[in-house]
Amino acid sequence: MEILIFAETDDKGNLKKDAFEIASYAFEISSEKGGSVNALCFNASNAESLSYYGVNKIINSKNEELKNFDPSNYSKCICEVFNNEKCNLILLSSSSNSKYIGGMLSVLTDASYVTNVISKPSDDEKMRVVRNTFTNKAFETVEIIKNKIILAISKNSFGLKENPVKSEFVEINFNISESRNKVKSIDRATNKVTIADADIVVSGGRGLKGPENWHLIENLAEVLGGATACSKPVSDLGWRPHSEHVGQTGKPVSSNLYIAIGISGAIQHLAGVNSSKVKVVINTDPEAPFFKAADYGIVGDAFEVVPKLIDKLKEFKAANE
Amino acid sequence: MKILVCISHVPDTTSKINFTENNSKFDKAGVQFVINPNDEFGLTRAIWFKEKNNATIDVINVGLQDTEPTLRKALAIGADKAVRINHDPKDGFSVAKFISNYINENSYDLIIAGRESIDYNGGMVPGMISALTNINFIDKCIALNISGNSVEASREIEGGKENISSNLPLIIGGQKGLVEESDLRIPNMRGIMMARKKELVVVETSEDPSVTHSKSFEKPQPKGEVTLVSPDEIEKLIDLLHNEAKAL
Ligand SMILES: Cc1cc2nc3c(=O)[nH]c(=O)nc-3n(C[C@H](O)[C@H](O)[C@H](O)COP(=O)(O)OP(=O)(O)OC[C@H]3O[C@@H](n4cnc5c(N)ncnc54)[C@H](O)[C@@H]3O)c2cc1C
Ligand SMILES: Nc1ncnc2c1ncn2[C@@H]1O[C@H](COP(=O)(O)O)[C@@H](O)[C@H]1O
Repeated sequence: MEILIFAETDDKGNLKKDAFEIASYAFEISSEKGGSVNALCFNASNAESLSYYGVNKIINSKNEELKNFDPSNYSKCICEVFNNEKCNLILLSSSSNSKYIGGMLSVLTDASYVTNVISKPSDDEKMRVVRNTFTNKAFETVEIIKNKIILAISKNSFGLKENPVKSEFVEINFNISESRNKVKSIDRATNKVTIADADIVVSGGRGLKGPENWHLIENLAEVLGGATACSKPVSDLGWRPHSEHVGQTGKPVSSNLYIAIGISGAIQHLAGVNSSKVKVVINTDPEAPFFKAADYGIVGDAFEVVPKLIDKLKEFKAANE
Repeated sequence: MKILVCISHVPDTTSKINFTENNSKFDKAGVQFVINPNDEFGLTRAIWFKEKNNATIDVINVGLQDTEPTLRKALAIGADKAVRINHDPKDGFSVAKFISNYINENSYDLIIAGRESIDYNGGMVPGMISALTNINFIDKCIALNISGNSVEASREIEGGKENISSNLPLIIGGQKGLVEESDLRIPNMRGIMMARKKELVVVETSEDPSVTHSKSFEKPQPKGEVTLVSPDEIEKLIDLLHNEAKAL
């Protein structure tokens, strides 16, 4: 199986953790089924680090015109490399940008496309993979019909595995067409960890009573180096921006640690956090449904527990530095 | 302006998810179906264009007869005409292929789909349609304004938003932000009466364009009991998270 991974960079040109995760996944498939792993990245400043994760051929295109994400140009470039390298499998991450191009790319390459993938492909006569579905309330086994395949791998479902190899480095140039959609401006809170990238997410619900109390959530997130999130009513009430609302109708969270404070744990909220590894709940009501979904819980008042937790975590961090 | 809104017919968010036929099919028994929330935001934005810019709105679904009440609801909210492609789709590509065929035959200025359906969570249909019809595409669209042929839109990106200009024809993967929840409309009596008279076209097909097949479903293992820590023993929680859960 000849594999191409699309190794995404952040806005500073550094490869994202997702890129190493899909490289780790690709390496395991190639060592089981043969074939090599190719990676395509655009203007990556640290492309060589893909060698640690088993990528045999690292193709980096240094092109100003590819600095900003552009779905039609990006998918054309990926398709071109896919064809030139005679690959049969493309791996994408589950980031917004990768998912943006996945559907387009599958048409361009005439491939079967599966998203939210959480398993390696099986060895059945027709390849099968397992994916998350029904907003994390079930797993689905999908059979792949075409011999060209695109899989978008669910974040944190596989983890990082170092497999140092000697890689070949290639620079490549593309003919870039004029963007069909023009980016006018970007509004982004700088220096803030995003929910999509965070390993730890600290989330607050209506139990926090009002936006003036959000320093509790923010300070806890800061000590942990995590992102802040909230339940839907909190964003509906305008206490927090809509982009922070997690759940079935909001953002999915697949962090390592999810801390829910003053959130009751309604089914629509839990659907968005089910794929987080470890869940902690802090709630005054021992009957709150979140306690059934959580791994660890404190029955207590957020206004007393959270400040103490922040202090103790600072001590813990200082001792473990 | 001619608008097509893609409507996915999905279980209500409170539904219990169960499977039948040897875990190969979603169990519809007792499940309440609704317009996919992301599509409902898009439909409401379309109605805004209808009221302000005299747009006409067609809604389309690829599904069997049981999806018709959902299409009727879209008509009751304000769409002008409904189209149902009579086919039980095996995958997102089938949906995209049928809708693209319909677009190629009927030509629209604006196609509104959702960023993702809340049942199968494919997140693929609008992107596929854009490539199949060669129409501009904006995913995760959270604001959309149109004057003449020019489009000003925003899309959600990680940690913020990107403001984009584009041109019609255009397809979007829409979500909340296109309109707010308080803008959503509940069909009134008059709307429901009018919807009965509106056209619901059924298009027959014998093709199966699918490129993936769903084989079986499984529900996650029930979780073990929560470990409770007393609020006076915060250190213990930190210790458990560090040593047991390896999450710190
Ligand atoms: C179609 C639909 C879609 C939805 N989608 C989503 C979604 O995507 N995401 C989402 O989150 N919700 C969603 N909801 C809403 C969901 O049903 C719940 O209403 C919502 O999650 C409740 O938010 P909450 O837990 O913050 O508030 P509440 O349910 O009001 O819970 C507040 C909690 O705080 C606790 N509390 C109070 N005081 C304190 C204190 N001092 N310290 C600690 N705890 C305290 C209370 O015991 C309670 O458990 C959706 C609903 C519908 C109908
Ligand atoms: N069966 C269907 N009929 C019509 N539109 C659909 C159907 N399935 C999905 N869509 C549209 O495609 C969007 C994304 O769906 P998906 O790719 O399945 O996550 C939905 O929000 C709908 O707008």
